[in-house]
Amino acid sequence: MESGQQSPVIVQQAPESKKVALTGYVGFDTITRQIEKKLLKRGFTLNIMVVGQSGLGKSTMVNTLFASHLLDTKATQKASDPIRQTTEINTVSHIIEENGVRLRLSITDTPGFGDQINNENCWESIIKYIKDQYATYLRKELTPNRERRIADTRVHAVLYFIPPTGHSLKPIDIIVLKKLSDICNVIPVIAKSDSLTVEERIAFKKRIKEELAFHGIQLYPYDDVDTDDYSITEADRAEKALNQEMRELIPFAVVGSERNVVVDGKAVRGRKTRWGLVNIEDETHCEFPQLRNFLTRTHLQDLIETTGIVHYETFRTKQLVALKESTMSHSR
Amino acid sequence: MENPVVDQGIIKRQLKGFVGFSNLPRQVHNKSIKKGFQFTVMVVGESGLGKSTLINTLFNTSIFPNKEVKELTTETPKTVDIQTITADIEENGVKLKLTIIDTPGFGDYVNNENSWQPILENIEARFDAYLEQENRVNRKRLIDTRVHACIYFIPPTGHCLRPIDIEFMSRLHHRVNLIPVIAKSDILSDEEIKDFKARILEDIAYHNIQIYQPPIYDNDDAETIQENKEIILSMPFCVVGSDKPFKVGNKNVRGRKYPWGIIEVDNPDHCDFVKLRQMLIRTHMEELKEYTNEVLYEKYRSQKLISSEVADSSDALNPLSQLDEERKKHELKMKKMEAEMKAVFDQKVHEKETKLKQSEDDLLTKYKEMKEKLELDRINLQERRRQAERGGRPGTPEKKGRKFFK
Repeated sequence: MESGQQSPVIVQQAPESKKVALTGYVGFDTITRQIEKKLLKRGFTLNIMVVGQSGLGKSTMVNTLFASHLLDTKATQKASDPIRQTTEINTVSHIIEENGVRLRLSITDTPGFGDQINNENCWESIIKYIKDQYATYLRKELTPNRERRIADTRVHAVLYFIPPTGHSLKPIDIIVLKKLSDICNVIPVIAKSDSLTVEERIAFKKRIKEELAFHGIQLYPYDDVDTDDYSITEADRAEKALNQEMRELIPFAVVGSERNVVVDGKAVRGRKTRWGLVNIEDETHCEFPQLRNFLTRTHLQDLIETTGIVHYETFRTKQLVALKESTMSHSR
Repeated sequence: MENPVVDQGIIKRQLKGFVGFSNLPRQVHNKSIKKGFQFTVMVVGESGLGKSTLINTLFNTSIFPNKEVKELTTETPKTVDIQTITADIEENGVKLKLTIIDTPGFGDYVNNENSWQPILENIEARFDAYLEQENRVNRKRLIDTRVHACIYFIPPTGHCLRPIDIEFMSRLHHRVNLIPVIAKSDILSDEEIKDFKARILEDIAYHNIQIYQPPIYDNDDAETIQENKEIILSMPFCVVGSDKPFKVGNKNVRGRKYPWGIIEVDNPDHCDFVKLRQMLIRTHMEELKEYTNEVLYEKYRSQKLISSEVADSSDALNPLSQLDEERKKHELKMKKMEAEMKAVFDQKVHEKETKLKQSEDDLLTKYKEMKEKLELDRINLQERRRQAERGGRPGTPEKKGRKFFK
């Protein structure tokens, strides 16, 4: 009797799901352990870039963060070497292992940045490198026969080193921070912060935060990236609180050191001057422990994910739109 | 007995008694104190390296006020500014007119090409001013504004000199006494300081930059020679500046307080501030001025005069022609002044005349008015008189009226 049109049922939204109680143990809670095992086998990849003028302790900081000698720290140029005219991009890869977890770490150094007398456009090679990594990944994603696991060379975090003038950000800092924060996660740090007393440090940070807000520079961690509609759990609240805490702390005032000094009978990493001893593990001396925890212990996975979800997608959208427009204009 | 010792044609004679010319230094001393001293220092370096604090620390007084917080703005200034501050300070009756030249903006921009240029131009302009004063006929009051020392602040990277450092020092070392210092050196460890200093000296030698070297005289006493040698070995000085006092133990020291310790500015074991102050103020101030006057200024002067001679040879080198010119200039000036005074006088006279004329006119009008008034009054009175005469008894033309009133 019902001879209506048979409209094809296209499911636009997921059917509503109800919470159902289980009557017995099923065992799918072991999925986290299965994932972990798989991930452990695969290993993780982290790509970090360090940007800053020479002599700010970038290489030392990287070595300190990962407690291993990854980069050379002496001045690489001799007096007779010609001065670098452009910012070079040097990437070194290491595999470090801790408790069975393998991390493939790539550090990209940018020697020559901000070192010349005329530093106009010294940031171009950096921007180009970051975009190139996105482009490579996109190309690999778009090819018909793509690899099962695309090697991820995208830059997950950029550590930007601010010189400890104690006054305010320099024009070059503002320009580069703005350009970088548009395309990747930027974490600014105050380099060699043992040259600032506590009051100077507080005033400097306040000023930097004001300037960042004034110029509209958005830094990692971002607000509410994941707006999936599941209920706010305790864990989410804790995460939000942690993010807020980190936002208050940024930029981290750090000191780096590969050498050990003896404090209270223990050997800790620190710097010994003629008149005092800086213990970098001490939170009252500098904010290195906070930076290390932030980078490796709490937000490592989030950094990688945010790069994929936010920055890569932005790049991809722009590229595909541009591609579409160019093919349309060609076909006319 | 006389015992002449012949030495290169100069006969050294022994004195037979006390003459008293050993009092000469004291006379010079008294005279100089009356005159007072001048000293001009320039500080160059990127912002945030502690230049103002170091000057305040060196002279134990706040010459530079605290930095005011700059407005947040998207405008970016483009040039290096030259700011001069002069302070008159006195110690133990000795007056010092201290001039500090600050160079804000140096090395702060994205493009710092030619940031050395305004600084070099300023130094040369001061030389020019002095040259011009020297060439005048009346040289009674020579004001010396030439830069006697330039303190260049190197950021404590611990690596090597940067291109901007090398460029600046190469451009200026032949015009001013360059004293490079390592700024904010409290973050460097002993070893790093040693390596950094060695590397800086290497870079300086490689680029043939001449920094100021305190001279060593043979007839100085051993202690001074030793001190000078130490100073030379410590260059470039690693300095720390602070104008805040702290209590260490039971004495007050100037320093910087960190969570891990206090660095004392005046402690020679902590930093080279004491050596810098020694060199700049206590022992070598006169040396710096002398070197500026005798070597740097003379070099500039000869270069300038030779080049101007090549340009126009009939210029004011001959003192007589200079005298003539000055006389002509003076006469011109006198004539001009005379003309001016005459103009003023004429103007005043004119004003007075107009005023007088005005008052004359006023008086005339008043007189006319008064006369008119008087006329009126007179006519009035006449009228009244006639009336009165008519009314009281009949007037003379009507004499018959009289008979009725017998």
